[in-house]
Amino acid sequence: MAKPTDLVQGTLDLLILKTLALQPMHGWGIAQRIRQVSKEVLQVNQGALYPALHRLEQQGWIEAEWGESENNRRAKYYSLTRDGARYLRRQQTQWNRLSGAIDLVLEST
Amino acid sequence: MRLLYKLPLRLRSLFHKGDADRDLEDELEFHLQFQIAEYIKEGMSSDKARSAALHSLGRFQQVKEECREMRNVNFIENVIQDLHFGIRMLRRSPGFSALAILCLTLGIGANAAVFSWIEGILLRPFPMVSGQERLMALTGTNRSTSGRDGVSWPDFLDLQRNCTLFDAFVVDKIMGATLSIGDRAQVVTGSLVSSNYFDAYGIRPILGRGFRPEEDYGRSAHPVVVISYHLWQDRFRGDPNIIGKTQMLGGQPHAIVGVAPQGFEGTFVGWAMQFWVPVSMQERFVPGGYKLEDRSARWIEAYVRRKPGVTAAQAQAEISAVAKRLEDQYPETNRGFGVKLYPLWETPFNNAGALLPTLSIALGVVVFVLLIVCANVSNLLLVKAFGRRHEMTVRLALGARRGRLLQQLLTEGLILSTIAAAGGLLVARWCRNLLVLLEPRRGGTSMYLPGAVDWRVLVLSTAVCLLATVLLGLVPAMHTRKLDLTSALKAESGGVVGGRRRALAQSSLVLIQVALSFMLLVGSGLLLKSLHALQSTDPGFSTRDVISTWVDTRVAGYDKVRNLTFEEDLADRLRAVPGIQSAAFSRIAAFSYGVYSSSPIAVDGYVAAPGEQPIVDYNEVSPGYLTTMGIPVLSGREFTRADDQNTLPVAIVNEAMAAQFWHGADPIGRRIQVKGRWLQVIGVAKQAKYSSLIEPLQPFFYVPIRQSQPGSNLYIRSTLPLSALSTALVREVRALDNNLAPGEILTMREEVDRSTAVQRIAVNMLGAFGALALVLAAVGLYGVMSYAVTQSTREFGVRMALGARASDLLRLVISQGMLLTTAGVVIGGFAAVVLSRLLGYLLYKTSPRDPMAFAIATLIMVVAALAACFVPAWRATRTNPVQALRA
Repeated sequence: MAKPTDLVQGTLDLLILKTLALQPMHGWGIAQRIRQVSKEVLQVNQGALYPALHRLEQQGWIEAEWGESENNRRAKYYSLTRDGARYLRRQQTQWNRLSGAIDLVLEST
Repeated sequence: MRLLYKLPLRLRSLFHKGDADRDLEDELEFHLQFQIAEYIKEGMSSDKARSAALHSLGRFQQVKEECREMRNVNFIENVIQDLHFGIRMLRRSPGFSALAILCLTLGIGANAAVFSWIEGILLRPFPMVSGQERLMALTGTNRSTSGRDGVSWPDFLDLQRNCTLFDAFVVDKIMGATLSIGDRAQVVTGSLVSSNYFDAYGIRPILGRGFRPEEDYGRSAHPVVVISYHLWQDRFRGDPNIIGKTQMLGGQPHAIVGVAPQGFEGTFVGWAMQFWVPVSMQERFVPGGYKLEDRSARWIEAYVRRKPGVTAAQAQAEISAVAKRLEDQYPETNRGFGVKLYPLWETPFNNAGALLPTLSIALGVVVFVLLIVCANVSNLLLVKAFGRRHEMTVRLALGARRGRLLQQLLTEGLILSTIAAAGGLLVARWCRNLLVLLEPRRGGTSMYLPGAVDWRVLVLSTAVCLLATVLLGLVPAMHTRKLDLTSALKAESGGVVGGRRRALAQSSLVLIQVALSFMLLVGSGLLLKSLHALQSTDPGFSTRDVISTWVDTRVAGYDKVRNLTFEEDLADRLRAVPGIQSAAFSRIAAFSYGVYSSSPIAVDGYVAAPGEQPIVDYNEVSPGYLTTMGIPVLSGREFTRADDQNTLPVAIVNEAMAAQFWHGADPIGRRIQVKGRWLQVIGVAKQAKYSSLIEPLQPFFYVPIRQSQPGSNLYIRSTLPLSALSTALVREVRALDNNLAPGEILTMREEVDRSTAVQRIAVNMLGAFGALALVLAAVGLYGVMSYAVTQSTREFGVRMALGARASDLLRLVISQGMLLTTAGVVIGGFAAVVLSRLLGYLLYKTSPRDPMAFAIATLIMVVAALAACFVPAWRATRTNPVQALRA
């Protein structure tokens, strides 16, 4: 099935991991957080969010635990694993290099 | 580390699918609630908020599906689904499935059979023997002839004492003995073994015991025998009280001390052993007198087992060093003699060494056959894939990923190859003893060459099966990859789009098949020519009207003098039988496994080059031997009974010897020195072959039996039919001594044929597989051409409407088929030129580029291709132009 988020897949992973680096969160919270922090610029396609979460969990970057939410409902909380934290650092460095390089190219013309 | 997270998750996804799915639903529902709450806060009605929330999450079910996909649950489910679907597809076209499975079964079965032969004959030939992977064959080497030799018993004991890298040294010398039980005399094959034989190999006799260490020593002091399970059942009717009974063997009663377990057939590739006696009984079973205290008597063949972790090279290095020390210590007997170890599959003193090249070639050939089969079945699948183009396109359009389709195709391939692999293993099991059938039988006993279908064969066959699957799935899969959605859907009714590409794929598959089968045809042609050259080689003696047999007088306890009298009486009596022209004895039988006497010689008037020590083989023969064998005496005379111990020692030399030592001068009256005795040359015999047809011309001479050792091999020249001859022979032997019986009768033709067995097996094998390959290639070609004709109906219609005659269309189609064939033959021809060199020594007097073999292979290929193209071409000519154009 065609995934509209194919191109930004790596980016979405990065955003999720970064968000979870602060504190464990459920899916809804992650989406809200990304929206708020990016000042409403980044709208997480919510149809892509959950598959991404499940994939990251399968890969061992994040782990999930059921807990009580702020509105007293059963919610699935995701948190970063140690491997995930390491992975995030690596990805972030790479992203910085990439965006820096793109900036350089864009500014030079 | 990450596996710690991943593994439980995966397991949970698989085995607690329900839980995992409920969790997923809860999670998404939780998300929905928040979204709905937010929309309501923004002022929507609750119904509207819910539908908007659902919308924002994308299609609910699809998200769930994608999450499941991420958890890899679907993979397993898909496999099961594909299996169901695949089986349904195969059952829907049973003809196709049966054909594909039959082809694959042949391909995989041929591979499994050859694997099982290699396993059972070369790699692990001795069932029940422990530590076989570390077992090596041991023989002596002779530097002056750069040939192989035996090892003497004193040397063997010294090697055993001084080597540290081995955990077993086992003497194992094959021999035959006449076994008479009641009135049935039979020659059975047994081994003379060192007393550690059963213990070292971990074989526990089911009755009685193995041998004791002291049974290695004392001249003929331990007449004890362990018999095989088969002998026990067959000749002793499984007598439970057999232990302690005696049996005449080699002319001496032997006490039966043990019965070997069922399934233990001894340690000789080619024959199953029936009994074992200890080394101390050597004199009774190995001709040439008492040898156990003689360091110069080299007769032992043996196996050694390396300690775990010791490499073959280390083992050889140590044993060579010890042999070198023995050489220094005993220069008069050991100078120039070394010791060599061989891996089991190169064992020179049994059939392993001879079968190695044949089985290697067989392995190459069956891999070819497998490739051809895969190409063929791929072709069939391709046709089907094209038929299923619509199905594939629809699935793609409905959102199936291409990887998913590939998985489906591979699963179908896997179903086919798994069924075929199961069938193939059955084939391999049936073919376990097939190799024996290819070997010529020898006087009613067939060889023992069992294949072994063990776990290693299973693993290899599974690998072959997987390889086949990938090869099968690959071509249709590549085809799907190229599938273009819109054009395929649009062109649904037209039916030519993609045809060209498919035709290309199909053509290249046929090309491969033609090339491969052409190579096999060339190979069989070369081997056939070689076999023919071999069979038309003149052995130098008559192969017609001469039979060989033997009479073992040691059974009745004859001494040398009595034996000689008996043999001469028997020869006289036989000559008196109408239809028998002559009869004679020799010590060693021509073309047998027996080893001729051989001696360093000195020749009157011949000055050897410095460092040269001429060594020549010879045979001890009775008067009339050369006449009986049909070897002409070129000058001088043959032996007579007057040539005995009281007269001058004499010899008859052959042509090569006369040429080498007397340079064309007449050698008659000259002298040669053999083992310290001077013999006068009294005749020159025509050159002959002595051990095999492929041996080079070698110097050889004969000495009279009366002046040397007697032998029991009997030759009779007669025009009687074999049955009459046999009756007469038994009658005459019994008339002289009722306790004696002649051995089996073989014609000299059979003896000679036996020496070409390896070539014969190779020809049969390559021929059979070559024919199979040819049929497969023809079927493939037929398929391609039929398809091309069906596709071009409209074109043919146009051509006919424009005035083309039937013969034009016939030519058009056939020339297309021939183009493919020619290309295949050219490619196969180049490959054959390179590969035929691998046939190596199997090619006797035949060049690996023999133009005849290539020409005949081309002819056969072309005829087969013409036949395959003719039916489609003929169908093309039957095209009805009106119908074709309207369609």
